[in-house]
Amino acid sequence: MAGVLVFVETKDGKIKKVSREALSIGRKLAEAAGGDLIGFASDRSVAEDAGRCGAKKLYVAANIGPYLPETYAAAMEQVAGDAQPSVVLLGGSSNGRDLAPRLAAKLDAGVASDVDRLEWTGGKLRARRPVYSGKAFATVEVNSVPAVATTRPNAFPAEEGGSGAAEVVEITVDAKSKAKLLDTKVPEAGELSIAEADIIVSGGRGLKEAANFSLIRDLAHALGGAVGASRATVDAGWIDHQHQVGQTGRVVSPNLYIAAGVSGAIQHLAGMSSSKHIVAINKDPEAPIFRVADLGVVGDLFQIVPALTEEVKRAKAN
Amino acid sequence: MNSVVCIAQVPDTESRIKIAPDGRRIDETGLKFIVSPFDEYALEEAIRLKEKQAGDVTVLAFGPDRVQQALRECLARGATKALHVKGDTGDADALGIAKALAAAIKTVPHDVVFFGKQGVGTDNSLVGPMVAELLDYPQVNVVTHVEFGDGKVTAHREIEGAEETIECPLPAVITAQKGLNEPRYASLKGIMAAKKITIDIKSVADLGLQDTDIFNQRVTVVSLELPPEKSGGRKIDGADAAAAAREIVKYVREEAKAL
Repeated sequence: MAGVLVFVETKDGKIKKVSREALSIGRKLAEAAGGDLIGFASDRSVAEDAGRCGAKKLYVAANIGPYLPETYAAAMEQVAGDAQPSVVLLGGSSNGRDLAPRLAAKLDAGVASDVDRLEWTGGKLRARRPVYSGKAFATVEVNSVPAVATTRPNAFPAEEGGSGAAEVVEITVDAKSKAKLLDTKVPEAGELSIAEADIIVSGGRGLKEAANFSLIRDLAHALGGAVGASRATVDAGWIDHQHQVGQTGRVVSPNLYIAAGVSGAIQHLAGMSSSKHIVAINKDPEAPIFRVADLGVVGDLFQIVPALTEEVKRAKAN
Repeated sequence: MNSVVCIAQVPDTESRIKIAPDGRRIDETGLKFIVSPFDEYALEEAIRLKEKQAGDVTVLAFGPDRVQQALRECLARGATKALHVKGDTGDADALGIAKALAAAIKTVPHDVVFFGKQGVGTDNSLVGPMVAELLDYPQVNVVTHVEFGDGKVTAHREIEGAEETIECPLPAVITAQKGLNEPRYASLKGIMAAKKITIDIKSVADLGLQDTDIFNQRVTVVSLELPPEKSGGRKIDGADAAAAAREIVKYVREEAKAL
């Protein structure tokens, strides 16, 4: 029992950011726990990149096909059986969060979900995870071997720290999936998902009507960020729920969060207050959002947001 | 078509969380509990399926006695049967709860098992797929649309910036995302009808499981803490929009280093 196994997700021959983050913290855990950092991927062309991230070995199932939980859980179980890791990490993407519980049930393992801190201490994996959408933080210990965790996107820096390509170990997965992937649609081409965005610009009820979300979109596009929304705007049908930040939406922790016309209901604050830098624009100086904002601007969003979009474009042009 | 809807009872999303004296759990005193919001979409989908194709909708919860209140609410909305597996959720980890639910599901005729995509509160998003694995069923997680065909289900699964269409044979596990449907409220008639339904109560032992299967301590909570109170940062007057915009860009560039 040694080492750390990471589920390495790839896209177009590159390792995804969530997996880089998982590899980065995985390398530190492996140093503390003993053993190597190893990965599992469906694409062998990332072996060199995985090596740079610190992986010594990369298990590859070239025949596995697109992501489906049944076959990927079987593959990870097979790799875990061979490598006998102390810890299994998965980046908290849609697929990582889909796969971790299925795999854990196979391994009879405990899972710490959506963690933002991880350490190896006293021979165990200790993790911190936000609960009640960030209204509280739980520190948990995973007592099973292996211990499984999913990492919260953006919570761990993706630092490289290895040299040379990872050694590739080819595996064949015999498991069949009952579920079939028929189609993948990208409904809003070019729109960034709030789940992994570094910058989020959110709109609230202060926008007054659906059409005014264009102000938020313009600013988000100028900054290269994603569009977020309060529950009130989603429930009013102004914008799709995929944009909702908060307790019944997504809990996010981007580097920069700009909230315009969002008053800051408790469940919205819970979903975004762990963002690293928060700017709030609201005409009500008593709005709760100002309690969590690093920079609060009391004023009219219909004046300030377009001015800000222009200022950002100007700054980018220089 | 028979369905099982597994529900979690959670503190109202509007509540303020207080930590219990043991420093490991929340203080439940005075807390209002609700059916976890994502489970409402799961329940609604099952009720619609029943309305189209007949059959039973069994709501199932693992937890202390207070979960019967949540089961009653689901019966009032249109579920036809309810099953309570007794146990303290605070002492069980996700896989323990999944094992109890999987064993209970086996005792109920079903073609599909619905969950919410996560229990709001503990926010683990684990139990649905764990149950799928334990029962050897396919799963479709974070679903925004479902259609049932002859012995199969086609579901839309939400992923980062895209949507997958997945087809599986039944029985299958589906976890519901917001947007799947618009959940109904309970009608007075529904509330009255629900009162006549007896909630079936089972212990872990009744399901042929040992306490050690459920309360296995795969994960233990060491401590629970409130986040540090933020006092709020700098506040500026935005009457001059252009000046405010420059100030924000300066902050974004110098502090957040995002420009």
